[in-house]
Amino acid sequence: MTDILMPALSPTMEEGTLAKWHVKKGDAVKSGDIIAEIETDKATMEVEAVDEGVVEDILVAEGTEAVKVNTPIARLAGEGASAAAPAEPTAKANGAAASDAPEEQPAAEAKAPPTGEGPAAVTPAEPLRDPELPQGATLTKVTVRDALRDAMAEEMRRDESVFLMGEEVAQYQGAYKVSRGLLDEFGERRVIDTPITEHGFTGLGVGAAMAGLKPIVEFMTWNFAMQAIDQIINSAAKTLYMSGGQIRCSIVLRGPNGAASRVAAQHSHDYSSWYANVPGLKVVAPYDAADAKGLLKAAIRDPNPVVFLEHEMLYGVEFDVPDVDDWIVPIGKAKVRRTGADVTITAHSRMVGLALKAAEELAAEGIEAEVIDLRTLRPLDHETVVESVKKTGRLVTAEEGWGSMGVGAEVIARVLEHAFDYLDAPPARVCQEDVPLPYAANLEVLSLPSVEKIVQAAKAVSYR
Amino acid sequence: MARARAAAKPGGKTTKPDAKTGKDDLLGYYRDMLLIRRFEERAGQLYGMGLIGGFCHLYIGQEAIAVGVQAIKKPGDQVITGYRDHGHMLACGMDPREVMAELTGRAGGSSHGKGGSMHMFSTAADFYGGHGIVGAQVSLGTGLAMANRYRNTGNVSFTYFGDGAANQGQVYESFNMAELWRLPVVYVIENNQYAMGTSIERSSAETELFRRGASFRIPGEVVDGMDVIAVRDAAAKAAEHARAGEGPYILEMKTYRYRGHSMSDPAKYRTREEVDEVRKTRDPIEHLQELMARQGVADDAALKAIDADVKRIVADAAEFARTSPEPDPSELYTDVYLEAAR
Repeated sequence: MTDILMPALSPTMEEGTLAKWHVKKGDAVKSGDIIAEIETDKATMEVEAVDEGVVEDILVAEGTEAVKVNTPIARLAGEGASAAAPAEPTAKANGAAASDAPEEQPAAEAKAPPTGEGPAAVTPAEPLRDPELPQGATLTKVTVRDALRDAMAEEMRRDESVFLMGEEVAQYQGAYKVSRGLLDEFGERRVIDTPITEHGFTGLGVGAAMAGLKPIVEFMTWNFAMQAIDQIINSAAKTLYMSGGQIRCSIVLRGPNGAASRVAAQHSHDYSSWYANVPGLKVVAPYDAADAKGLLKAAIRDPNPVVFLEHEMLYGVEFDVPDVDDWIVPIGKAKVRRTGADVTITAHSRMVGLALKAAEELAAEGIEAEVIDLRTLRPLDHETVVESVKKTGRLVTAEEGWGSMGVGAEVIARVLEHAFDYLDAPPARVCQEDVPLPYAANLEVLSLPSVEKIVQAAKAVSYR
Repeated sequence: MARARAAAKPGGKTTKPDAKTGKDDLLGYYRDMLLIRRFEERAGQLYGMGLIGGFCHLYIGQEAIAVGVQAIKKPGDQVITGYRDHGHMLACGMDPREVMAELTGRAGGSSHGKGGSMHMFSTAADFYGGHGIVGAQVSLGTGLAMANRYRNTGNVSFTYFGDGAANQGQVYESFNMAELWRLPVVYVIENNQYAMGTSIERSSAETELFRRGASFRIPGEVVDGMDVIAVRDAAAKAAEHARAGEGPYILEMKTYRYRGHSMSDPAKYRTREEVDEVRKTRDPIEHLQELMARQGVADDAALKAIDADVKRIVADAAEFARTSPEPDPSELYTDVYLEAAR
C-alpha cells in the first residue's frame, strides 16, 4: 500500500489546489498515468503516478484548496514502494508546457521555508500606517505579484510608449506570473516574448529607450542579467552623461533578485550593491505590495534607467494596498516601518520582514528596535537612517547579499560620516555568509541572514 | 514573402559609374569625403600636439561608406556606430566645430566635453553615437529599429560595426531578433580587415562577413566600400528592403583604414607596402575624382573651391576646439540624472 502525496511544483511551493482527479477508486494505474491536476496561483500541472496499483481510496476531494505539500491525497494498493511516495508533477501537455530548465520555478506561495527559518517572508503584526497614505483610503489585500502587474497595466494604459519585453512575459503569462493578463489586454505589440538572449534583448530595450520609448525589460531573474550588465551600465546608465544630456534612457529593468529556495549559488545572487554602485542608475528594492506597486509606477514614469529588484519569496505574499487612483510611492525615500528608541535596524526587500520579526522578539526582551525599510538603494535616503541613529545610538544593517562592499557597508559609512558622535556601539552587519549559496537545505539556512541573526546582532550592539 | 529567399549571395560588384548621378551630387560626395579626410588629418595633428587625449580612432580611408549611406538616408533614419565615429558625425551634418571641440574635451563640444572621441551624439542629426564597447551599438541600433517599428515611422536604423565587432555574441542575438520581428535595420559592416592588430583571417572562421546573417535568413551582400556610388546604391537597396517591412539587411563594405587602429598604434601588423598599395589603387576620394573626370563633370574651379572651403572649415573647427574653454567645473554633476516630473 502506497500513499500518493501532494507534490511540490516548485522549490518555493507550500500548498495548492487539487483541481481534478483523473482516476477514481478502483481504477488500476500504472507508472506514467496522469492521475490528477494541481493548481497554484501560477500554474496548473498534471500529476503522474509513480507506482503501479489500484486506487484504494481518494483522500482529498477534487476542488480542495490549500492542500499542503506532502499531504497524502490518495492511497494505492499494489506492489508499489512501501514508503510514501510523492507523485511526479509534469508539465501540462496542452502547449503551456513548463520548461524543464532549472531556472523555471512556477508557483510560489511562500510563507515558510521547508526547513528552519531560512527564506521566510514575514508580515508585520502591526504595520505602521504609510505616511503617504491618503486619509480615508480603503485598503485591499493584494499579493506583491499582482501589485506589480497592476502597476504595469496602469502605466501601459496611461502611456502608449510603455511596453513590456522579456522571456515568457506574454503567452506564458510570466515565468512567475507577474505579467498575467497583460498580453490579453495590450496585445503582442506591447507585451513581447523574447528569445533567451539577455544581452541582446536588453540592448534592444535600451536602444528603444534611447529612441524615446519606455520599455519595461523583465529578467526571469536578475541572475541572468549578468549577461546584459554591459548594456545596463555602459549604455543605459552612462549615455545621458556622455551625450551631454542629449540621449535619454527611460527604462525599467525588473525581475526577482536574491535567494529563492534551494536553487543554489547561480540562481540566488543578490545584486543590490552591484547596481547601487553605479551613477546614472536608480535602484529600487521594495518589500510590500503597496511599495511594489507605487514604486514600480514611479519607476516607469522616471526619465532615468531604473533597476527594480523584486523578490521571489514575496511574490505570493499579500499585503494591504491602498485602493486609490494612481498610487505612487516616490523613489528615494526610506520608510520607518516600526518605531523604537533602542536600536536602528535597516533592511530592504525580503529582509524587512525578517527585521520586523526580529523587532518583535527583541521587544519581548525589552529592546525596542526601529526598523527602516530603505526601499530605494540609489539614491540612498541616509537622512532617515541618520535621524534614527541619532535617537537610538545603535545600528544593525540587514541585507541578503554578501557583506563585503555591500549595502550595509555603505549605510554604516554614511552614518559614520553624519552621526559618528551619536553612536554608542560599533554598528553590526547581518548578511549572507561569505560563500556561494549552498544547495543543501541546512547549509542554505546557515548561510542566509535570519531573524535569529538579526536579533543576535541587535543584542550585541546593545551590549545585551 | 522573402522567408525562403537565398540568405546571402556570394560575390559583389563595383557599381558602374552611374549616368543618373548628377554633377551636384558627385561634387557633394566629394566635398563630404574630403571634409572627413581633412578633419581627421587635423585631428591627428591635434592629438600629436596633446590637445586631444585618450583614444582617437581616425576614419581616413573609409570615407566613402559614411558618405554613401548618408546620401540615401531619409529624415528620421537613425545612424549608430562604434568608436571610429568622427566620419559618421560629419556625414550626418553635425557641426565640425562641436565634433572637434568634443575631441579636445571643451565646453563647445557636442557632449560638453564629457564624452570625447568615442562618445558623441546628436539627437538633432539622428546620430545615436559613438559607442565605446565593441558590438554594443549593434543591439542598440536594433533597438532603434524596434522603436521605428513600434511607432510605425517608416524609418530605418543604419547600424554600423566593424569586422572586429562582427565576432561579438550580441551581434547574433540582435540578428536573430531583427529578422524574427522584421525590424527595419540595415547592418553596415565596415570591414577594414583589421580588428585593432588582428587581421580578419586570424580572427574569423568565416571571413566573408556578408554571410554572417545566413543562419538567420538575413540577406547580405558585399560592397566595394571604397566606391561611394556603390555604397550609396547598395544602401538604397538595403534600406528599401528594410522600409518595406522585409526585415534587416547586411552590407559588408570592403574598406581599409590608412592609419593605425588608434593614434597610439604603430600598425606593425601590416606592411607599409600594403597600405601604399591601397592608397594608390583604391582611394575613395581619388576614385570619385576619376569618375568625375570620366563623366566630364570634373570642374577644376568647382573642385578647387571645395578644397578651399573644406580647408577653411577644418581650420575654423580646429581653432574653435583650441580656444573653446574647458567645461565649467559645475558640469561635473550635470547630466547624471534627469529630473523626474512630479
